[in-house]
Amino acid sequence: MPSFLFWLFAIVMLVFGALVVINRNPIASALSLVICFLGLSALFMSLDAFFIGIIQVLVYAGAVMVLFLFIIMLLDLRAEERRKMNWVAFVGGFLVAFSLLVQILAVIGSTRMAKQAFPPLASEHVDDVRNVGLVLFGNYNLPFQVIAVLILVATIGVIVLSKRRLR
Amino acid sequence: MTTLGDYLTVSGILFAIGFSGVLLRRNVIIIFMALELMLNAANLSLVAFSRFRLGDDGLPNYNAQVLVFFIITVAAAEVAVGLAIIVALYRARRTTHVEDINSLKF
Repeated sequence: MPSFLFWLFAIVMLVFGALVVINRNPIASALSLVICFLGLSALFMSLDAFFIGIIQVLVYAGAVMVLFLFIIMLLDLRAEERRKMNWVAFVGGFLVAFSLLVQILAVIGSTRMAKQAFPPLASEHVDDVRNVGLVLFGNYNLPFQVIAVLILVATIGVIVLSKRRLR
Repeated sequence: MTTLGDYLTVSGILFAIGFSGVLLRRNVIIIFMALELMLNAANLSLVAFSRFRLGDDGLPNYNAQVLVFFIITVAAAEVAVGLAIIVALYRARRTTHVEDINSLKF
């Protein structure tokens, strides 16, 4: 992938990711999150992970975001009214997040590996889905079935939680 | 030419954005979205390392991509359960503002 496309998608993703946090209206936040996930999916595809990129669009930008928008509209949330801001908590939280960012960037900057370019693949055409499937159903068969049970448990849990009266 | 460090930097910035969202925002649903941002930042660095460390056959390391697949699956289940909890909370308290929900606070 050409370098400028990487920076284009990375900047789009980061700007809309920041908008998720900045927007006061929850629906605007959710829609920014969709754009952010689409940019992220483009970055996955630039790393030759086409399967993960498609799954990102289908599951995150599709299913998860529909769920978010559905809940926001169901609860009929409007833009938050301005409350008295707790400035100590605000500045403290910002400083903690900023120092985390500085630490992450310092670690990446001091790693020699981070300055190397990606090595070329053995062949131009990668059977991405086939290879992921072979590893998934071969080496990770038991975790895959555990995930299936987890989703069943989550489904039952959601039904129980959304019953009006718990007995 | 993009390097591994470029992808890791983008992933780190995305994680910091999500983290600041969890710390600064007071709406439960926005906090939940910021959590999703952090999960996706971790996914991006995993896929970048998967492409960087090629296997013996010259293909990406697919173990990392399977891990990303699992993370996405678990995150989807987590979103469903979390939003159900938020709906139950809204029914009981009529608010999604975290400062109004402090019964457990000492």
